[in-house]
Amino acid sequence: MPEAVLGTAGLSADVMPSARTCEVRDLGRCGYREAWDVQLDLVRRRKLGEVCDHLLFVEHPPTITMGRNADAAHILAAPGRLRQLGFSVEETDRGGDVTYHGPGQVVAYPILDLKQWRRDVGAYLRALEEVIMAVLLDFGIESRRVEGLTGVWVADAKIAALGVHLSRWVTSHGLALNVSTDLDHFNWIVPCGLTKPVTSMERVLGKAPSRQAVIESMSARFGEVFGRTIVGSLYSNGAVSRTEEARKGGNG
Amino acid sequence: MADVVMPQMGESIVEGTITKWLKGPGDKVERDEVLFEISTDKVDSEVPSPDSGVLEAIFFPEGETVEINTVVAVIGDGSKLGQHAAPTAAPATSAPAEPAPVEPAAPPEEAGPTPAAAPEPAAADSGKRVHSSPLVRRIAKEKGIDLATLGKGTGAGGRLTKKDILAYIESQERAVDSGLPATAFPPAPEARFGDFDVEPLSAMRRSIAEHMVRTKRTSPHVSTVHAVDCTNIAKLRNAAKDKFLEQNGTKLTFLPFFLQAAASALKAYPTVNASLDGKQLIKHNDVNIGIAVALDWGLIVPVIRKADELSLLGMQRAVNDLAARARSKALKPDEISQGTFSVSNYGSYNSLLATPAINQPQVAILGIGSVTKTPVVINDAIAIRSMAYLTLSFDHRVMDGAIADLFLEHIREIVENWSTPVL
Repeated sequence: MPEAVLGTAGLSADVMPSARTCEVRDLGRCGYREAWDVQLDLVRRRKLGEVCDHLLFVEHPPTITMGRNADAAHILAAPGRLRQLGFSVEETDRGGDVTYHGPGQVVAYPILDLKQWRRDVGAYLRALEEVIMAVLLDFGIESRRVEGLTGVWVADAKIAALGVHLSRWVTSHGLALNVSTDLDHFNWIVPCGLTKPVTSMERVLGKAPSRQAVIESMSARFGEVFGRTIVGSLYSNGAVSRTEEARKGGNG
Repeated sequence: MADVVMPQMGESIVEGTITKWLKGPGDKVERDEVLFEISTDKVDSEVPSPDSGVLEAIFFPEGETVEINTVVAVIGDGSKLGQHAAPTAAPATSAPAEPAPVEPAAPPEEAGPTPAAAPEPAAADSGKRVHSSPLVRRIAKEKGIDLATLGKGTGAGGRLTKKDILAYIESQERAVDSGLPATAFPPAPEARFGDFDVEPLSAMRRSIAEHMVRTKRTSPHVSTVHAVDCTNIAKLRNAAKDKFLEQNGTKLTFLPFFLQAAASALKAYPTVNASLDGKQLIKHNDVNIGIAVALDWGLIVPVIRKADELSLLGMQRAVNDLAARARSKALKPDEISQGTFSVSNYGSYNSLLATPAINQPQVAILGIGSVTKTPVVINDAIAIRSMAYLTLSFDHRVMDGAIADLFLEHIREIVENWSTPVL
């Protein structure tokens, strides 16, 4: 990733980082490996206390990822077919089975020090689900948890998946919410080893909300659920927050 | 010296699976260096070493699931390397009121409220060591199940998972009424004689095995067989096959003729194009025919949707496409579901007659034997005709023989009176 994205250029000058601060960043369209490198670097620096908590947003090109517990049989397509489709397959160190990432999906990677929140992975997963459910409600979508199955569901279809890695209680990886994902792409895998259908905000609403609106809602809800002050820019160019400008502009 | 324990990762988390050891016995470790990695639901975590020294023993291999606070390894100065016995009391720290979950499944004679502290974790009645978690062992103990009878589980390295034992309990409960074997995999120790090799069943084989046991236990199968004169379609096929191969790059087989006839019969006899759900017969308005495709590694039944809407050519193409993609593992999940009827074309393997097993929850399956030139008596003269035996295996709960025979006669009439040229 370009250094500019990693730097602190997007941080508003009047808000200094503290234990309660979480900096958001939109990496935009970004390969799985590149985004992972960004995460690893932030995790390392978070453990050293050099940076505050972060919330990264990213959109991956079509990628099938396999968690540590993944069953290769849950990839239904032959390797040649995947190459033909332009999908890459990545093995990762997050929890969970096989999943799919691709265009139209909002992927969020929180780099949080859980020692400064709660040392509880179960509570962390439930809090991420709460963030997603609050975001969906912002767009008028009622969603729910399913007992025993991590993730967020609309009726009986999964709309968001979770998979997390912890190192000294610092989190990486996170969640993937289907906004306007091509759901046919999920047909090449058995998502998370479950044979349940998947859905997207577009499928539920009949029209896809903008990615920008979804990530703005998600950073706000994330701040509420985790008790963090959100700082930083939601634009992938890392320049001053056009969100703020847009809001001001809207008023006059 | 420091005991290394499975860390508590949260209030609701009772166990963790060791996914990776980054150090081995005898390795030097520094305090806070990552020692092993664990996995709980959707979360993988690194576990740092609690002390500096030498890793003297590892008690649980990768893939093992253990309860929190269980001692999984020991770090010392290296002097006791290899001298640590497997933990005699697994949870090191004083666990809450709950008794240590490491007893073997209680032998019947030993019934009593106070569980005896047993030395060996996961030891089962039969004395065979079964990989399982404390949770699974606790369930087994409560239900009085000898884990060894379950054989290998579906978890990493054949570990018995909670899902395995719950499925076993459910199957046992279901079997009480039927009197049939509850599991697809009963132990057969007497099979282990002489010189032998052991090969675990593949995931696909296990799933086929479970389905077969389930279908035979669920449906009272009855099979009826009709001889069908295929001379007519053999002539039509011979006339068209070279041109067909040239135009389509694939051979024209007998299968699409039988499939078209079957689709018509399914429309005429909706009871056959159905599934049984409890006490309700679900009559499908679509005709979705599953075709059993033999693979080198098992069997799969891709489905031709709305088969009644396909031409002969369309049917042959659909068959070729699904079979080819089944063999290259390129089928999508929705192409192997929602069948309303199935066909097994064992004639292509030169079988004359068979009695196929119903694909649950469907209620019938058509078997097609090989088309063979046979002496047949017609008008008191002996003629040479191309004959095939068609079998319908049906669920006698849902229909009686008369419907099954009318169904096969419908197919026979179409096949014998076929006059439309192929191309």
